[in-house]
Amino acid sequence: MNQVQTEVRTNKLDDYAGLLGGAEIAELRALASRLGERTVQMVNSTSVGGGVAEMLNRIVPLMQELDLVVRWDLITGGDDFFAITKAFHNALHGGRYDLPDEGFQTFLAYTEQNRTRLQFDSNFVVIHDPQPAALIESRDNLGAHWIWRCHIDLSQPDPKVWEFLAPFIHRYDAAIFSSPSFARRLSIPQYLFYPSIDPLSDKNRELEPNAIAEVLERFHIDARRPILTQISRFDRLKDPIGVVRAYQIVKRYFDCQLVLAGGGAADDPEGEAVLAEVREAAGKDADIHILDLPPWSAVEINALQRASTIIIQKSLREGFGLTVTEGLWKKKPVVAAAVGGIPTQVIHKHTGLLAHSIEGTAYQIRFLLSNPRIAQRLGEQGHEHVREHFLITSNVRRYLTLFLHFQKHD
Amino acid sequence: MKASTPFQFVTASYLVRIGNQESTSLLGLQHDIENCSDASIFYHTFQSLGRHHFLTEGFSNDFAEWVFSACNRPALAEQLASLDIRDYVSLADLRGDLRRIVGDYCQASPRESQQSAFESFYFCETVEEEVPLGFEAWTLQEFRDGLNKLGHASLQFHFITSRLRLRLRSNDFSQWLAKELGLKDLGRQVDQIDVYTNTLDSVRARMLELIEKEPLQ
Repeated sequence: MNQVQTEVRTNKLDDYAGLLGGAEIAELRALASRLGERTVQMVNSTSVGGGVAEMLNRIVPLMQELDLVVRWDLITGGDDFFAITKAFHNALHGGRYDLPDEGFQTFLAYTEQNRTRLQFDSNFVVIHDPQPAALIESRDNLGAHWIWRCHIDLSQPDPKVWEFLAPFIHRYDAAIFSSPSFARRLSIPQYLFYPSIDPLSDKNRELEPNAIAEVLERFHIDARRPILTQISRFDRLKDPIGVVRAYQIVKRYFDCQLVLAGGGAADDPEGEAVLAEVREAAGKDADIHILDLPPWSAVEINALQRASTIIIQKSLREGFGLTVTEGLWKKKPVVAAAVGGIPTQVIHKHTGLLAHSIEGTAYQIRFLLSNPRIAQRLGEQGHEHVREHFLITSNVRRYLTLFLHFQKHD
Repeated sequence: MKASTPFQFVTASYLVRIGNQESTSLLGLQHDIENCSDASIFYHTFQSLGRHHFLTEGFSNDFAEWVFSACNRPALAEQLASLDIRDYVSLADLRGDLRRIVGDYCQASPRESQQSAFESFYFCETVEEEVPLGFEAWTLQEFRDGLNKLGHASLQFHFITSRLRLRLRSNDFSQWLAKELGLKDLGRQVDQIDVYTNTLDSVRARMLELIEKEPLQ
């Protein structure tokens, strides 16, 4: 099957009005009404798993509710194709490309198959990420606008892979990046679209206090004492050991607990090793809760974030850092590393606190535990920051504006 | 009283275009302020205020924020933050003052001005699309009702960025109230609302309070 039917959604646009105000939704409708019968085609490589699929599963129905005719197509390929695109992905992220040169030919052969199979007859064609990037070959110059949405950090790509992909990218009408620091110098216009969260999803919706209490009880976490939480995969780049060290400094001054919750250990040998290292660093401290959660733990993560006194994200490298967005949305004070997209979200001393070391992280946590009113103000301002910029509705608005911009110049 | 020309409520939607300029030091910033587009000056000053309207203390514009947080130069940051966009009806004038302040600092502190910032300043630009909201006001009551239906982007468009469009030290609301309804005092009071210490919602609330004080027309 090529065309994706989005997951059954119960949330309608008007459901967001309670969080955003009716005026914001009315403005979305006003913008969409100017696009008339224009058609949109989203293309990516998977309908389940991963942030892009999750985002499209929510954006496509919202656009359809705004009366746009939106289609979501998937490219297909064998294991060899996806091994190559995985290698591309890592190489574009700054790793080394070490597959043989035939990989490029295999990539183009599968692109040809997908070009034969897919139809490109929409007014706006949005191609997500590098896997389908060469589909631009199907552009027939009959007035459709082709847009490349790059969800990854392209600032330091492997030159060989970038030299292969760049000629395709330069043929698009525009590219979209998640941060100015992720972009490259291109001959085409580049736009900034932040990643976003859905405030009505299981991971972010309001929870009843007893639902939060039940999760704490299940994991033996004491609701009466401060809870410091980092939600992330057990990955060295998330520096979980650094978080344990920061907690150990804070623990000298405050009777607090640490929650390190995430997944990735079950199906990733490195994740398993990192988990073991974290357990060793934690020693016998019963106030450190290390939770290796399965992928279907959205409500548990939501409850842990909502129960937390402070959210930590002490990454050494980061993409945009949507766990930070989630924490801010829940009005939690955040202490985070100034890497990747985090400084865009955590404006130091306005929407959270940035730190650059284990000691700095510990100091900022101690400062917030000593100053709960400041912590509360940072949390509230962080919530407003997310409401303005990092919700799924803002993302829909950006797409509508981009389409209007193109339409104006047709 | 009924206006001869109605107030047309509009929303503006903004795209952010990523530029190719990236400053890594104060000297670089001086050069890039000189050479960036007007749309970029607009994005990092007028737009920045609108984007961060919910911060009512200590945030002024992107340049000041970067100089403070990435260059650790609080005195220069204060000078940049002290620029009040309400004083400007032309981006050329605003650019001139930004350039002068950063230039004076670089001249006085050549060593500091060459030091690498903790993170780069990426120049972006605003692309604005205006869309009428489909309702208008002929009277003060209709104006009040319309005001209640506006989102943040509309408030920003009519109250903050209108100064550049009008090329006046005023805003769409004040202009219409004074010109069409003869409510010059109300227009003046609306224009005096401080966008630096109010959120867009509290700007609206303050306007509604002022309107409520007007005698019924």
